[in-house]
Amino acid sequence: MSTQKNKSADWSQEPKMPLHGTSDLADAGTVAKNTPPKRILVLGATSGIAEACCKLWAARGESLYLVARNPDRLAAVAAEMRVLGASYVDFTTADLDNTASHPELLARAINSLAGLDVAYLALGVLGDQHKAERSFDEAAHILHTNFIAPASLLTWLANYCAQRHAGTLAVLSSVAGDRGRKSNYVYGSSKAGLSAFLAGLRNRIDREGVRVITIKPGPVKTAMTQAMKGNAKFADVNKVAATIVKAIDKGQDELYVPGIWRIIMGVIKIIPERVFKKLNL
Amino acid sequence: MLPLHWQGDFPGVLDGIHGGALAVGLGRSYGDVCLLEDGLLLQTTAMNRLLAFDPETGLLTAEAGITLAQILDFAVPRGYFLPVTPGTKYVTLGGAIANDIHGKNHHIAGTFGNHVTEFELVRSNGARLHCSPTDNPNYYAATIGGLGLTGVISWAQVRLKPIVSRLIDYQGIQFHGIDEFLDLTRQSAGIEYTVSWVDVTSTGKNFIRGIFMQGDHSKVPAPLKPSAKPKLVLPFELPGFALNRLSVSSFNALYFHKQIKKRQTKLQDYEPFFYPLDAVLHWNRMYGKSGLLQFQYAIPWEHAREGTVAILSEVAKSGLASFLAVLKAFGDVPSPGLMSFPKPGITLALDFPIKPEKSFKLFDRLAEMTREFGGRLYPAKDARMTGEQFKLFYPQWEQLQRYKDPALTSSFWERVISQEGDR
Repeated sequence: MSTQKNKSADWSQEPKMPLHGTSDLADAGTVAKNTPPKRILVLGATSGIAEACCKLWAARGESLYLVARNPDRLAAVAAEMRVLGASYVDFTTADLDNTASHPELLARAINSLAGLDVAYLALGVLGDQHKAERSFDEAAHILHTNFIAPASLLTWLANYCAQRHAGTLAVLSSVAGDRGRKSNYVYGSSKAGLSAFLAGLRNRIDREGVRVITIKPGPVKTAMTQAMKGNAKFADVNKVAATIVKAIDKGQDELYVPGIWRIIMGVIKIIPERVFKKLNL
Repeated sequence: MLPLHWQGDFPGVLDGIHGGALAVGLGRSYGDVCLLEDGLLLQTTAMNRLLAFDPETGLLTAEAGITLAQILDFAVPRGYFLPVTPGTKYVTLGGAIANDIHGKNHHIAGTFGNHVTEFELVRSNGARLHCSPTDNPNYYAATIGGLGLTGVISWAQVRLKPIVSRLIDYQGIQFHGIDEFLDLTRQSAGIEYTVSWVDVTSTGKNFIRGIFMQGDHSKVPAPLKPSAKPKLVLPFELPGFALNRLSVSSFNALYFHKQIKKRQTKLQDYEPFFYPLDAVLHWNRMYGKSGLLQFQYAIPWEHAREGTVAILSEVAKSGLASFLAVLKAFGDVPSPGLMSFPKPGITLALDFPIKPEKSFKLFDRLAEMTREFGGRLYPAKDARMTGEQFKLFYPQWEQLQRYKDPALTSSFWERVISQEGDR
């Protein structure tokens, strides 16, 4: 159990200080604004990329509802968002693998936020490719967390937003979904499924006024990738988050981040299969 | 090196690990207190969340891996500053506590530990100890200046101090000789920040000449903007011969005479006042591949004058160049820390490029002189003191050993305690 304490300060009485975050936050190009805070639901809020995005949103004074599995970690992230200046922070622990719980969970979150402007889906696991090659249980777990669970959440959220002709659904997929490779094709296929789901969903509800954003990060330096080879050269999570936050503001359809990955994956996608199958990627 | 991302990661990360471990922040200590050969380093810098801030009292709670730079980025625009800051902002909160660091306001504010109201210490057996002057007071005292050996600090609360401006009301005063330095020290007792740069290459009538630098936070309200990021980067190591007796004594003469007047007064941003070297990332590359060695003593008032004169003549005589020589009087605010380094008297910090035979010999000589004058050395800046000297400087080490976590150790501790014991 964490012994971390809730200090007595009442954050709601603090004057809004939109630009006064850390210098990393200043880099995001966030500006003082007079618009009402955005109501943002973050699913998988303790993931490295999600937390970095939340810091930028909190510094701008947005309202946040955070969902993650581990209560101590979630409490630490929520505390941080309050300190950084979020207008409103609420959270609940949940195992998002449990799709049956989604409708009630989402309704509760939207009720707490009094509406919804952005749903940000950052749940996912890297999984163990080697294990998944031998054990379907591991493969099924990866596919479930990275594809089935987001599909369930998106089905509910898409209908909610389409009915109201408003909202943004921003979802973390991955460059790994652009082409299956032997080093991580189970993870890759879960993300490929997710990217295809999002493309179709966008095609269906963009015309209803709902933005669907497919975010494809390359390798980013976070807790998830800490055991991976060469992670010292991975992208900086704060820079990645700043790009994502901007893309969500703009309602961009698809985002490769860092941008170089659009080119890299473009090349990887055009390699003929008879050559590709012999490569060690 | 294994990163800690969450407060709950320790001690679970030790599962299946044999041998010692040590939590480290940015690893900016000059010696081996932040190193561990044949062991696991747990890097805390990803565990850096702000957890609470009270704008009324300035009490800030954060995870231990947050850097002082990150705290300043948050606090300055909100009208608060660090209660004590070292000469770089690139150290972590946990490291500041573990080394019980001091700054230019030691004579008024004491050490960093004087402003740490509470923290949580996680032991390798999983116990989470809430520590404050009244709650687990022995662990509180042993951990402040405890060199990271008592457990892993997961979060800490520190009392920030209010400011109304980024600016420092600065005055630089030239002095010649130790007595002028001591006079200036007495005259500036009410000024918050004081520190002196000394030219240690000059002898004769220029012996112990320097610039006495003093400052207070400006009381005139001014915009509290966040700091810009450093732009200068020293991209590669200078060749070893770049810093020699001639280049350093020329630098020292220039630096002394850069200030033409005896007294110079100006308003200066806090960044260049506190962190002149932070403006150049990787400034240490100036010392070439072999690096630099730091040396810092504190000698109590009783022998402070004669000790400082004797040691500075030894340094001047040696011809080993040093251009970052810093002289300061410590005050008498007692630290809550068991192993805290400062004590009332004079402290001198020097750095030298490493030239194995010569600089090691000089260091050993200076350490011995420090002992003779009743002083002690600073573990955070040491790579040379012997176990015998350490135990003499810090007889309370046996108490620290009682509160030490059995799973944690450092190269420093192995050097001065464990190996000595094996002999």
